[in-house]
Amino acid sequence: MTSKPRVGLFVTCLVDLMRPSVGFAAVKLLEQAGCDVFVPETQTCCGQPAWNAGADKDAAALARSVIDAFEGFDYVVAPSGSCGGMIHVHYVEVLRDDAAYLPRAKALAAKTYELIQFLVNVRGMKNVSAHCQTRACYHTSCSSLREMKVKDEPRQLLDTVSGLQLSELKEAEVCCGFGGLFSVKYPGISERMADDKIADIRSTGADLLVGPDLGCLLHLAGRMERQGNPVKVRHIAEVLADMRDPALGEP
Amino acid sequence: MNQSPRDFPAASKAALADESLKIALGRLKTHFGANRALAIERFGGDWEALREQGRAIRDFALTHLDTLLEQFERTVTARGGTVHWARDAKEAREVVLDILKDAGAKTVTKGKSMVSEEIALNPFLEANGLIPVETDLGEYIIQLRKEPPSHIIAPAFHLHKEQVAQTFREAHTHLDSARNLDERQALVGEARQLLRAQFEAADAGITGANFLAAEEGAAIIVTNEGNGDLTRLLPKTHIVLTGIEKVCADLNDAAVLLRLLTRSATGQDISSYVSVMLGPSDDDGPKNFHVVLVDNGRSRLIGGEAEEVLRCIRCSACLNHCPIYGAVGGHAYGATYPGPIGAALNPGVLGVANAAHLANASTFCGRCAEVCPVKIPLPAIMRHWRAREHASGLAPKSFVAGLGIWAFFAKRPALYRAITGLAARFLKMIGGKRGHIAALPLPRGWFAVRDLPTPQGKTFHEMWKAKR
Repeated sequence: MTSKPRVGLFVTCLVDLMRPSVGFAAVKLLEQAGCDVFVPETQTCCGQPAWNAGADKDAAALARSVIDAFEGFDYVVAPSGSCGGMIHVHYVEVLRDDAAYLPRAKALAAKTYELIQFLVNVRGMKNVSAHCQTRACYHTSCSSLREMKVKDEPRQLLDTVSGLQLSELKEAEVCCGFGGLFSVKYPGISERMADDKIADIRSTGADLLVGPDLGCLLHLAGRMERQGNPVKVRHIAEVLADMRDPALGEP
Repeated sequence: MNQSPRDFPAASKAALADESLKIALGRLKTHFGANRALAIERFGGDWEALREQGRAIRDFALTHLDTLLEQFERTVTARGGTVHWARDAKEAREVVLDILKDAGAKTVTKGKSMVSEEIALNPFLEANGLIPVETDLGEYIIQLRKEPPSHIIAPAFHLHKEQVAQTFREAHTHLDSARNLDERQALVGEARQLLRAQFEAADAGITGANFLAAEEGAAIIVTNEGNGDLTRLLPKTHIVLTGIEKVCADLNDAAVLLRLLTRSATGQDISSYVSVMLGPSDDDGPKNFHVVLVDNGRSRLIGGEAEEVLRCIRCSACLNHCPIYGAVGGHAYGATYPGPIGAALNPGVLGVANAAHLANASTFCGRCAEVCPVKIPLPAIMRHWRAREHASGLAPKSFVAGLGIWAFFAKRPALYRAITGLAARFLKMIGGKRGHIAALPLPRGWFAVRDLPTPQGKTFHEMWKAKR
């Protein structure tokens, strides 16, 4: 018998603070996929807020600390395309002038995956044992789609959730307007983009919105809450792991 | 009209409140986005390979810019044309004025040229007693309205046909005021008729150039209205006004870029007209042929981290697919080049202090880079300007301070755990039974437009520790 792959779970700072159930859903799915899951204690944030704000020194410090904490595992998996993309695509840019860490950044990038992509493409997961009686639509994050190149995998697994009927958004590849600190710096533009996305969601008749990134989901759930909009919002890992915590913004 | 990128916050707010603009911008998807997608589908060949070829052609041109421009000058000169070099906008305006004065010109027809907008040529010519007449329909409309263009290839994209009709009624007072201008065709007909007379009266014509081919000494423009040909062929003097980065090695390279350009821009396999201009002519065509090569900040970018922005062939695909541009339109950017290309270019040519807002107003969704025909890494260049803004102390103080406090804790895991544990409890407590928080003093931008779903109460890390 081959030994189980050792997976370092990059929890993400938003999941850690706002919605631990997503982290536990990820652990459950990874264990179902035959992995040993480890959660390094020294992880905080991947450094993306600093990198995107141009605070390169802080971004580099955080990148080095993530490399130190995770390079010993066979794989690094994040329940987020955004944090996954930061490690997979951007760490080599962040550490381009750091001769000692650059090769280590490259090595880490090569074994870093977004959760659903890892389950389907690396672990060959074909179906999940979950039930959810609802009409749902999937909102990708831009980083999941364009940086991690995840497109069909989430839909494949969602199709195997019993009772779940999946509808496609008309503009599935258009940004929802979260953009990290963008949502705080340019709230008016962010609002317009959210409202366009929400109109698209409503036109599918979906009762549930699922997505791979908590940032987009907090933004859309928060906006829909403000509008009094009844669509429920959950992270895709929770639905696939059959976890029943209240949806985002619900008591 | 907002004319500085520094005003982006207020200008974008005003744009968001403009219902008429919202409807106009709604056409981006149906008009440009859908047509581009169809054109690429129809293309049949390997679009990605063509993009890669286009990227390589542009990179070759940028790494050989000096020798290609000199070669271009030699070939144009050998054919009897004259090449002029302008370091900045002021020099460019003066060079053009001198040529026009030498030609004894009064009325000057103009094909669409973004460089002309960039150097604010029209007001300068008017102040010097000349009469510039824009002949591209969109440019003609905004010239009458005294507005800058809001889009690179569709300068009047922000307007509806009713607004254009109103503008024509106010400008063309010699025409019957009871005439019917309800249909697009009537507007086009009226502009065409009036412009015919101008084409015939013009003493000189000014066009831009989409490409310059160094080996042949050729300048190439694409148009759909035919106004470019009438502008360049009818008057005795023709001036090509363009940026130094437009040069490529030869017509073969230009042909590849042309295939990328029209599909990416309007979704056409080819534009209605492609004009290859090879210099002065003794028969049909201009007797005097001038090319004005404008730097205006471009050469500063060569060799730097933003150099790739000079690959741009001004197709506007990035604008047409950008959700930020789609929300606020072109005028809010307060610069000649709006959208993602403007956000990547303007901080470089106008200065980071002036144009940093444009680089910041992006979610880095990456759609612009995905559709760019010459693969400019637009978000990476915007991020580069943010880093420059941060490093030179230009970023807003409160923002830098907030980020600094966050980074201080994020770099100290034990302390970070303690703080996030408290935050999770505190937010859960004030969210109470409702499950979401409607207002907190910070971050103001978040609560301005949305609630915050409350956290579950404990952090993942403390729950994980307790469990294992």
